[in-house]
Amino acid sequence: MSADLPSGGVPDPLDPMNRPLPLGLESISPADVVAPPEGGEARSTGSMLRQIGRVFIENKLAIVGVIIVIAFVLFCFVGPLLYHTNQTNAQEALLNSTENAPPGHGHPLGTDDYGYDMLGRLMFGGQASLIVGLASAAVATSFGVIYGALSGFFGSWIDALMMRIVDVFLSIPALFLLVALVSIFHASEPLIIVVIAAISWLVPARLIRGETLSLRVREYVQAVRIMGGSRTRIIGRHIVPNAIGTIVVFATFQVADSILLLAALGFIGLGIPLPGTDWGSMLSNGVNYAFNDYWWEIYPAGLCIILVVIAFNFIGDALRDSLEVRLQRR
Amino acid sequence: MIGFLIRRILQGIIVILGVVVLVFTLSKLIPGGPARIALGPRASTPANIAHFNLVNGLDLPLWDQLWQYIHGLLVIWRPNLGYSYHYNEGVRSVIAQRLPRTLALVGTSTLVALIIAVPLGIFQVVRRNTISDYVMTGLSFVFYAIPSFLLGTLLILYFAVDLKWFPVSPPGGGGFFTIFTDPRAFLLPVVTLSAITIASFSRFMRSSMMDAMAEDYVRTAKAKGAGPQRVLFGHAMRNALIPIITLVGLSLPAIASGALVTETVFNYPGMGLMTVSAALSDDIPVVLGATLVITVATVIGSLLADILYAVADPRIRFGSA
Repeated sequence: MSADLPSGGVPDPLDPMNRPLPLGLESISPADVVAPPEGGEARSTGSMLRQIGRVFIENKLAIVGVIIVIAFVLFCFVGPLLYHTNQTNAQEALLNSTENAPPGHGHPLGTDDYGYDMLGRLMFGGQASLIVGLASAAVATSFGVIYGALSGFFGSWIDALMMRIVDVFLSIPALFLLVALVSIFHASEPLIIVVIAAISWLVPARLIRGETLSLRVREYVQAVRIMGGSRTRIIGRHIVPNAIGTIVVFATFQVADSILLLAALGFIGLGIPLPGTDWGSMLSNGVNYAFNDYWWEIYPAGLCIILVVIAFNFIGDALRDSLEVRLQRR
Repeated sequence: MIGFLIRRILQGIIVILGVVVLVFTLSKLIPGGPARIALGPRASTPANIAHFNLVNGLDLPLWDQLWQYIHGLLVIWRPNLGYSYHYNEGVRSVIAQRLPRTLALVGTSTLVALIIAVPLGIFQVVRRNTISDYVMTGLSFVFYAIPSFLLGTLLILYFAVDLKWFPVSPPGGGGFFTIFTDPRAFLLPVVTLSAITIASFSRFMRSSMMDAMAEDYVRTAKAKGAGPQRVLFGHAMRNALIPIITLVGLSLPAIASGALVTETVFNYPGMGLMTVSAALSDDIPVVLGATLVITVATVIGSLLADILYAVADPRIRFGSA
């Protein structure tokens, strides 16, 4: 997640520093500004995508991040099609191998204590880790954006009440809340997605509320209001699209955070229940054998977690750099 | 100042009240209700459940139950946090034995992290855009991405399993002071928890310092002939440190979360380990009680940080905070 502090107070919309800077401002060529947009209607995102693409090519770490993510998606989802292993039936797995077999002899990464092939298990567990990471980030961001936009748009006591609710959630240590939720609603994979999202929507809610507060007093939003544009239209077509940069940056970091949260849950024994698995559960399982030197049960899963998390952080940082032109110029 | 303190304390009370309502709501969402947990297999007949609910006031309207719950908590020196059927003991006494150990772990780690991260962040700004800055940024990336359970596992593998310098896990029982009589058992958890915190603190310190270096007053100081040392430590650092106080306050919930994992890795007998084992054995009253207590502790911690902030920076206008 970003190290920036969520600014608690109301940002002064007149302060030029509070205005969100357009994406990739420093790299806009005259060709991009031939036709200045009329009014605030943000319809086409093609230009923004192009700008993000430009930032990526300039930023080598971002390219590394994208390559790692693509590699892992291929590894986890295409890999099992090429490398067939049994990952759901422990008895069957034991027929073909022994428990805790070291790498080699048809098992490039050995087997675990159930006799499952570790390479296949990495793919299988990676599917859960990636799906939960992406899905809960998507759920958390969407909910947070809607919540924050509504709160900032309505203002007054509704805003105050909605933000106090966010404060309450934010003050609870996230993992304690996560453990409480998982222990109450015994977790399956879809439920873990919801539960991780339930503790992750707070930061986007605050970010978007801040953006909304500064956007809703802009001339073009007021113009829409005077022209009789409905609230849904103002929020959906003007405020949210103008905050899209912040949203995308947050969502990217949130994927990394969600993967970490799932890994932590798995590690403490509350992850995806057997016969399913995730990288955190695999790691926790391997640590039980720390004294036996079964390194193949510890390092591969740990490495996968770190690589994916770093990759999403690289991408998020590159996206944020493109938004923070002010910092970049120093 | 006084007005700010009163407002801030009121805010804290409102947050705690909200957490109480949330925890109460969660306790009502347990599938099958508390009766299922308390009675276990005896919950099979509706009569048993009805009797349990009658005895424990669970048949009252929700509003009355919430009021009773708050009323029980209001006795601050002996709050009623519910009953653990697993330990066969009140949740309060289960938590009371473990809370000081977690506070010691979190407090020490935060201090260690600050002592290391602040000079590190300044050093990176002095050497910005050089190899050592990039190396440190890379390292802080890695430590930021390494989950605490993985770092803890690696430390165990290296220092405890390979080198046998430390016990793998501290003595499980014993009083609060065992962590001081055998600090080896305390050291690895602190190293783990502070390493993760250092990564985020130093990244923040670096950007806070960068912000300060770009301010007008730094340019003014340079223009008036102040040397680089004086500009750095006399002008930029003093201003860059102020947001760090807020960061510490805001990071406390995250550090407490880190403590939950770290305690699980090292089998450190604090609140986190207790919460995890309670969750695994379906002892939901303990999980909820621990969540409530740890939240109150972090809210008080953030309150202290804010008071420090007010003391450190008298310019801050508190009007809109």
